[in-house]
Amino acid sequence: MRAFTQHQGIVAPMDRSNVDTDMIIPKQFLKSIKRTGFGPNLFDELRYLDEGKPDQDSSQRPLNPDFVLNQPRYKGASVLLARSNFGCGSSREHAPWALDDYGFRVIIAPSFADIFYNNCFKNGLLPIVLEEKIVDKLFQEAEASEGYKLTVDLEAKTVATPSGESFGFDVDDFRRHCLLHGLDDIGVTLEDAELIKSYEDQRRQTAPWLFGAGR
Amino acid sequence: MAGKTLYDKLWDDHLVKQRDDGSALIYIDRQLLHEVTSPQAFEGLRLANRKPWRIDANLATPDHNVPTTDRAKGVEGIVDPVSRIQVETLGKNCDEFGILEFKIMDQRQGIVHVIGPEQGATLPGMTIVCGDSHTSTHGAFGCLAHGIGTSEVEHVLATQCLVQQKMKNMLVTVNGQLGKGVTGKDVVLAIIGKIGTAGGTGHAIEFGGEAIQNLSMEGRMTICNMAIEAGARVGMVAVDGTTIDYVKGRPFSPTGDAWDAAVKYWRTLHSDLDAEFDKVVELDGAEIMPQVSWGTSPEMVADVTGNVPDPAKEEDPIKREGIERALKYMGLQANQAITDIMLDRVFIGSCTNSRIEDLREAASVVQGRKVAKSLKQAMVVPGSGLVKSQAEAEGLDQIFIEAGLEWRDPGCSMCLAMNADKLGQGEHCASTSNRNFEGRQGFGGRTHLVSPAMAAAAAIAGHFVDVRELLN
Ligand code: SF4
Repeated sequence: MRAFTQHQGIVAPMDRSNVDTDMIIPKQFLKSIKRTGFGPNLFDELRYLDEGKPDQDSSQRPLNPDFVLNQPRYKGASVLLARSNFGCGSSREHAPWALDDYGFRVIIAPSFADIFYNNCFKNGLLPIVLEEKIVDKLFQEAEASEGYKLTVDLEAKTVATPSGESFGFDVDDFRRHCLLHGLDDIGVTLEDAELIKSYEDQRRQTAPWLFGAGR
Repeated sequence: MAGKTLYDKLWDDHLVKQRDDGSALIYIDRQLLHEVTSPQAFEGLRLANRKPWRIDANLATPDHNVPTTDRAKGVEGIVDPVSRIQVETLGKNCDEFGILEFKIMDQRQGIVHVIGPEQGATLPGMTIVCGDSHTSTHGAFGCLAHGIGTSEVEHVLATQCLVQQKMKNMLVTVNGQLGKGVTGKDVVLAIIGKIGTAGGTGHAIEFGGEAIQNLSMEGRMTICNMAIEAGARVGMVAVDGTTIDYVKGRPFSPTGDAWDAAVKYWRTLHSDLDAEFDKVVELDGAEIMPQVSWGTSPEMVADVTGNVPDPAKEEDPIKREGIERALKYMGLQANQAITDIMLDRVFIGSCTNSRIEDLREAASVVQGRKVAKSLKQAMVVPGSGLVKSQAEAEGLDQIFIEAGLEWRDPGCSMCLAMNADKLGQGEHCASTSNRNFEGRQGFGGRTHLVSPAMAAAAAIAGHFVDVRELLN
């Protein structure tokens, strides 16, 4: 996995709460058996005026001029500023894949849905929870000044504004460690393979009905 | 020391390793796989040259993409080539790794969350995962069941474990008796309406109280299914006689001495009387009315006797804007009576409400009546091949067909419209599924979440009606 240490990027403010995973990447694009290529269909229904279909050249489609990512000033944005309960709905990892493929590296919101939050870390994407008040302030600043950038430091757990103001955020140690070093979760878990085996052997004794049934 | 909650017990029983940083390795007893969220996981295994840790813990079936008509042609009958490749890929992966799959032509095929319990592949006390957020359904059996992402599907395939942080405990108690015509679906919609779509975030919810205990397993599954719509990845109900009776005699269920030992353990799967919860919510079952969602989030619900809200009366500006946006998308007027919402289609199905009891409820409402002429379509999609044959054995298919509803083959169908079943732009649908997000059932489609009985009643009237008026 790609490591994440520090990042500075243009901020796109998406002023809407409860952005669900169907909105992030509609189901017709979930038919792919790959992990890449979802970027052009990120926020498809909000971003384009027509109905999106898989295997279509999205560069030819009519854009919704009102949608934040279509505004020239947010071109190249890599920090998404969002509202509460971002990523609610399905478990589809296609949602972080699409955000990542589009170019986002950081998402900041007052709260995230659990599964989405977790899925981000598996893909080198950093979701940051900041207090509603702070998020409000960042919204105002990002909307007020073109080219507004934030600097995120995962090691120090801070988000810094262009004026030098800095906000701390929380992230649990294991996720932070994996992300900082780009560690493969599975590899880390398999270091405990012996422990898993002994748990399993014991379980075979205490709950034999859980093994081999129905085969 | 306070006693343990059901969640605490399940957690402790599956804890392989508590790490210093607060994360833990939890052993997974069962993984269910489907075609949409598994291909990249199998690909990841291959790329890293890994093998599944324990083949017999996995069970697969295609459900999201399968057509609900003309199934005799099998995979060849899937018109959309991209969908077909996904279903074929699941088949190839399962064959390659030796994982049991109920293929499209197998009578046991169906929606993962229907077939697990139906086969006894979902047993009390298990940890169950699936790359699908509605995996919370299985918590109805006193299981710890999580929806997970594709990277985690791969992780569980490779290690039989999941890395977790322990969640907080939440108890939702529904006291008293439910009124006539009020179902598990109405209960869970009322709960979400009360606590909101983020009300359970970070928590494992246990549903308890007299009204929950009196529900059948189907009703409990409906409630746990939608825990995720309240933000909780996990929903659970304690094990009791109803649970054990349901599990008995199913293909994957234990028999003989193993059964006795299992039952003895299962009987311990409830929260201790002195267990402490971080959050407690109580509802009075008798006050719950049939529910209808009017907006684009499952918390946007109203009693069938009520009205669409008026954004002008909402003080919180973010909420007000949310209501305005939802009304615009849904094409509804503020203060409009719920029963004035005219419908284009009716969908009875999905992992929330496609089990035999759901179909019986819907059939009892439409029996001897006809679907309104104004509707473009009303369809019933059973949750599995076995539900379908059971319904046919009971003659329910004939009741539906005579009333003018279509009787389909099993799958997710119009719940998320990945196959050919979808809404047209601007169409209103009474749906027994679980999500009413924008575009969920088709581009520009307008979903109203209801119980099977309410959907059936709406099919007859062509608009929402209080099903209690039809039940006599
Ligand atoms: S029926 Fe709907 S919610 Fe359930 S698994 Fe299928 S798509 Fe998901």
